[in-house]
Amino acid sequence: MTVDKNRFFFEHYGLTERNVEQYLAAALSAGGDYADLYFEYLNSTSLSVDESMVKTASQGISAGCGVRVISGERTGYAYTDDLSPERILHAARTAALIASGPAKTPSVGFQQKAARSLYPVTLPSVDSEITAKVELVMRADAAARAFDPRIKEVRASYMDELRNILIIGSDGTFAEDSQPLARMNVGCIAKTEGNSARGSSGGGGRVALDFFFGEKTPEYFAKESARQAILQLDAREAPAGDMEVVLGPGWPGVLLHEAVGHGLEADFNRKQTSAFAGLVGKRVASDKCTIVDNGTMPWRRGSLNVDDEGHPTQTTTLIENGILKGYISDKLSSRLMGIADTGNGRRESYEHIPMPRMTNTYMLPGEDDPEDIVRSVKRGIYAVNFGGGQVDITSGKFVFSASEAYLIEDGHITAPIKGATLIGNGPDVLTRVSMVGNDLQLDEGVGTCGKDGQAVPVGVGIPTIKVDRLTVGGTARKDVGGYMQ
Amino acid sequence: MQTQLEAQNSASAGDLKDLAQDMVRRAMASGATAAECVIREGDEFSTLVRMGQVETLKEAASKSLGVRVFNGKRSASTYSSDFSREGLDRMLKSAIELSKITSEDPFSGLPEAGELGALPGDLDLYSADVYSLPGEERISYARRAEKAALDYDPRIKNSEGGSFDAATGHKIMANSLGFVGEYQRSYCSIAAMPIAQTEDGAMQRDYWFSVSRNLENLESPESVGKIAAQRTIRRLHARKAKTKQVPIVLDPMVASSILGHIFEGINGDSIYRGASFLAGKLGEKIAHESVNIVDDGTIPGGFGTSPFDGEGVPTRRTVVIENGVLKSYLLNTYTAKKLGLKTTGNASRGLAGTPGIGLGNYFLQPGTRTPEEIIAGVSDGLYITEFLGHGANLVTGDYSRGVSGMWIVGGELAYPVEENTVAGNLKELFFNISEIGNDLVFRGSVASPTIRIDGLTVGGE
Repeated sequence: MTVDKNRFFFEHYGLTERNVEQYLAAALSAGGDYADLYFEYLNSTSLSVDESMVKTASQGISAGCGVRVISGERTGYAYTDDLSPERILHAARTAALIASGPAKTPSVGFQQKAARSLYPVTLPSVDSEITAKVELVMRADAAARAFDPRIKEVRASYMDELRNILIIGSDGTFAEDSQPLARMNVGCIAKTEGNSARGSSGGGGRVALDFFFGEKTPEYFAKESARQAILQLDAREAPAGDMEVVLGPGWPGVLLHEAVGHGLEADFNRKQTSAFAGLVGKRVASDKCTIVDNGTMPWRRGSLNVDDEGHPTQTTTLIENGILKGYISDKLSSRLMGIADTGNGRRESYEHIPMPRMTNTYMLPGEDDPEDIVRSVKRGIYAVNFGGGQVDITSGKFVFSASEAYLIEDGHITAPIKGATLIGNGPDVLTRVSMVGNDLQLDEGVGTCGKDGQAVPVGVGIPTIKVDRLTVGGTARKDVGGYMQ
Repeated sequence: MQTQLEAQNSASAGDLKDLAQDMVRRAMASGATAAECVIREGDEFSTLVRMGQVETLKEAASKSLGVRVFNGKRSASTYSSDFSREGLDRMLKSAIELSKITSEDPFSGLPEAGELGALPGDLDLYSADVYSLPGEERISYARRAEKAALDYDPRIKNSEGGSFDAATGHKIMANSLGFVGEYQRSYCSIAAMPIAQTEDGAMQRDYWFSVSRNLENLESPESVGKIAAQRTIRRLHARKAKTKQVPIVLDPMVASSILGHIFEGINGDSIYRGASFLAGKLGEKIAHESVNIVDDGTIPGGFGTSPFDGEGVPTRRTVVIENGVLKSYLLNTYTAKKLGLKTTGNASRGLAGTPGIGLGNYFLQPGTRTPEEIIAGVSDGLYITEFLGHGANLVTGDYSRGVSGMWIVGGELAYPVEENTVAGNLKELFFNISEIGNDLVFRGSVASPTIRIDGLTVGGE
């Protein structure tokens, strides 16, 4: 073994070269094409303020090892949260049962690839930093209440974690990483006589605590949350039916995540269960659309130095000028499909089997002036903030829920409207993108993506775009709003 | 495989009870004014068979511990999966330290000593038989479920697979008022997830499953696969419905989400913060008079049953809505104190943080009409079989979600629809539940019969 062993798991758990070889040999004791070990040590802290009191503070440690054995298309998986050699060996022997053949020998000599460093790593120091974290949530509470006397309820929270991982594969893969992740959230409720509304805002990334004292302060998130709640007090009914929709820059990129991102994950295409299966080289968007998945952006929530299979992340072009270029893949799908491993093999924790997952997914900027885009719409909606979304990979139908949106009437943004779900069909919604703004923004760092019960942090981004036709799930009828067709 | 799992599950029970009590004692000795410890251990097995071949086999066991300590009216919590003496010491020390930086909250604290306890007797929550099948047999269950779906109709050409899962869990809890309790639960399930395709290549997926606390009561893989196939096939050739206001019928699987919104609106946490339009409505009519909703954590064998809640308070039966009138919120100790009420035994407790509010077996009492009779009463409407997205705002009541299902013409399911939305406001929606079916079946802790709702807007072309 030719790696620097003076590292986290070797230090903290007395892991040795001999152990690792034994575990991999046990994993391949019944044959199999590939085996890997995923060690994880996760330290997390969370704090929340409600009614101007710090009501919750918690801290936790979760550690374990997952053993995976791949044999053809079959995967055996076992994990243990007890990192003693006996339990890891037991897990390795359990995972080995997926294969049935003569034992194989793992490759000798591990290669550690040159490590990238996309994010800062500060050791979790609960004692010294905790007062600063308390200050963050208390400042958020005060700023939200100061924004407007109609803000009656505020909940602010701060969460951070440091995840140390070590991945060792029977093909010589050896990778480790320390992945920080931090996030603030502020939720507000505004109340007037007989009327209430809510707002929410938050952000962060793979950042250190100082991020929230410089770049994005608690006041920034608090004001944004309070502004949305106050605005929603005056929201009128959203229209119902097909219409022109302008999406603002940033978080509305959740459209891309749902409409095309999931459908382009290699596993669904290998199994031919995605509405995008077989469409590589075909037009799936207007020629103004170029969409990438980029795991290499410094400090972003969706970024990773290496994925959870030890493969360096990269920038992968999914759609170029409207033409589908390829998929995002993990090790298994890339081997079975004969395509490149794009470094998108991710998992929620050592308890989970890796799958192709997005990192930061966004559309490259176009040439249109955002104001021109709004001006070009006679009747439609302008949606700037969203809750979340969901997609049915197989039928291609997806939704995303607008939490802040406005009517556009004769080229002007007019009244705010109530939250409404937007629904469309992934393989064709982007063919109706007729204008793309020059104002690409990434989201603030709040996205968590769920797939097959596994949650991973992701980023999205988009410039202002116009979709010529999308279904808006409001309630306003023709006789009252004139929007129904 | 199975013997090791069973041995792990039963061997350590006594030790863990002692450990939980010991952690509480040590927390008190370290200066806590009150303390609580929860330990969870469990194991899981899952297999997925796709197109007849085993795709994944997963097996594991895990164990973790959490403590919550009080420092007067301040509290904090920590958790870990490290059961070494040093690991547990570190966790306790962190909890005590953290409890110094939280705020004094006059309402914080454990339940009253007199409120603590556990339901007596065997609640029929655990059956070792979930692991009794040999490994090959488990795979065969998954394979049979998928095969039944694939064999049902030639248009089912692909599949996300068939699965068999089993799990057991063991929870131990102790606190400084002398409470100590434990229970075990088991679970197993079969599912099938077929994909159907039209001649022009358009695909649809759906699924069906059976879940049980014991192997004996699990439905046959063949019946699961067949229903999954039927649900999938009927979605082929879906159209997009036009925008209009029509009666909506919700199949039981999606109707339970409406119950979920009522829960979001009547749990103590939403109520004391005024984060729900139902705050302050106790004793008032909030739904149609045919609506009766009960939360019951005591039903033997139930998916939402446990002998005590996340704070060591016995679970109970609570009538939430009776003839449309809101009779009770669902509360834990903290929210009850905030509202000047008593806990309803609905505390939920993960390893970390303060207790939340959870559900027992929560259901809408069935009516007398069959689902077919309810559909027959609609001349032009939408039968919803799936929701997409989560567009419910309990502060305002605004409701907007993606849907797919079947269009009802002349009292019959006529053709599939998709890429539509339904929208309205929950304030009116609960009153507009105009029909409730007789088909209540528990496939989880929340269950509803078929229901009809009027007054919603369908968004589409």
